[in-house]
Amino acid sequence: MKLNTNGNVYTFCYAAVMVIIVAFLLAFVASALKETQEANVANDTKGQILSALGYDKATIDVAKVYEEKVKDNLFEAGELKPYGEKFNTTYGSLIKEGKLHVFTGTTAQGEQAYVLPVVGRGLWGGLWGYIAVNEAKDKVLGTYFYHESETAGLGARIGEKWFQDQFIGKPIFGEDGNVALTVTKAGAAQSEFEVDGVTGATLTSNGVAAMVKDGLAAYKEFLGGAASECPNKGKCQKEGGCQAEAECTCPVGECEETNVEQ
Amino acid sequence: MSKLFSDENKAAFTGPLNVNNPVAVQVLGICSALAVTSQLKPAIVMGLSVTVITAFSNVIISLLRKTIPNRIRIIVQLVVVAALVTIVSQLLKAYVYDVSVQLSVYVGLIITNCILMGRLEAFAMQNGPWPSFLDGIGNGLGYAAILVIVGFVRELFGFGTLFGYNVIPQFMYDAGYQNNGMMVMPAMSLIIVGLVIWAHRAYNKES
Repeated sequence: MKLNTNGNVYTFCYAAVMVIIVAFLLAFVASALKETQEANVANDTKGQILSALGYDKATIDVAKVYEEKVKDNLFEAGELKPYGEKFNTTYGSLIKEGKLHVFTGTTAQGEQAYVLPVVGRGLWGGLWGYIAVNEAKDKVLGTYFYHESETAGLGARIGEKWFQDQFIGKPIFGEDGNVALTVTKAGAAQSEFEVDGVTGATLTSNGVAAMVKDGLAAYKEFLGGAASECPNKGKCQKEGGCQAEAECTCPVGECEETNVEQ
Repeated sequence: MSKLFSDENKAAFTGPLNVNNPVAVQVLGICSALAVTSQLKPAIVMGLSVTVITAFSNVIISLLRKTIPNRIRIIVQLVVVAALVTIVSQLLKAYVYDVSVQLSVYVGLIITNCILMGRLEAFAMQNGPWPSFLDGIGNGLGYAAILVIVGFVRELFGFGTLFGYNVIPQFMYDAGYQNNGMMVMPAMSLIIVGLVIWAHRAYNKES
């Protein structure tokens, strides 16, 4: 008996069975791999944070180095509080809600640094990045930028090291107290606040400039307290050992209650 | 063994590499040739991904070919390709995360690549799994070859680099040499593809 593969019944049944099989297959694959994928994404995010701190994420054991060197904090009511819940991999909506994460850690060169997540928009889709600032919160120690779907070879080059390394050592705030760090057209960077953009990707470069500006502006309260606003640093240390990263932000008198370790 | 590599099968594999090249002769798949060739590395990654996906979707369609209802065959082909690409991209995300980040945009482009549908419709629907597999590999590599040529020219003259490494010595720049910004623009890839087709046809005049 030969099947009539042109009949209506056959066609409908074929389509239905095919769709059901494919749907189950895809659902199975997606749910079976979900955990591994999420672990990968979290690990990659940690790698990006380490990359902003000057580590080469391709050559280190990201999970281990992150565990050793970096701590996740929330900036609330003027101080940093350790964040112990599930590690986040996207920060755009959190920043909008006012949940400002600040990572504290040491750079590959051994310097104390704060890492701030930033998000923005490029030409085709979202951009994000991590900016490491020094302890005095006035200079960039390193950056990491990446993108959802910028053009390969053009806008996508913001993800390359040469572009990100240009930010190292740049001051953040201009004389008026606003974020002055920016990205210019390729080859046009002149002042100490300017960084060369990517040739042929002006819109993506502008997106990075806006992301850096808005991203750092969102952390202005945190960054604004420069070194001069750290009057009780010595006191905290003496009174019983605050966590190193909280030393600068603990208010007078509250040190022992809120931030003392053990 | 001799049957596996008969002349016909060999032709299915080597044809698309030269005289029947999908890009240069059939002018298929040039949309992605434009998108991913400004540097050499993404061009190679894209070429290899298309090769793998074309080969395996060819095999699957070829196995199903006698059962597929004629009126919905394009839909069936599309479902197979889309399912395959989705599964591959999920596997990449789970096990080789770095590569999946590299491929992010291109995975979607693979589904819409005209070469895939073209080979399924023109070859896999009429031939057995093994010749279809060879045909898929051949077409994928033929496509990859053009991408690599275009990527090579564009990266060399547009950025002065290959695989991201500087190859044009500094004294050339000191002497006044400049990278050609035109090469970086998408339009230039079509011009280069045009030149490749010209050279290819001049060489293969008799066909």
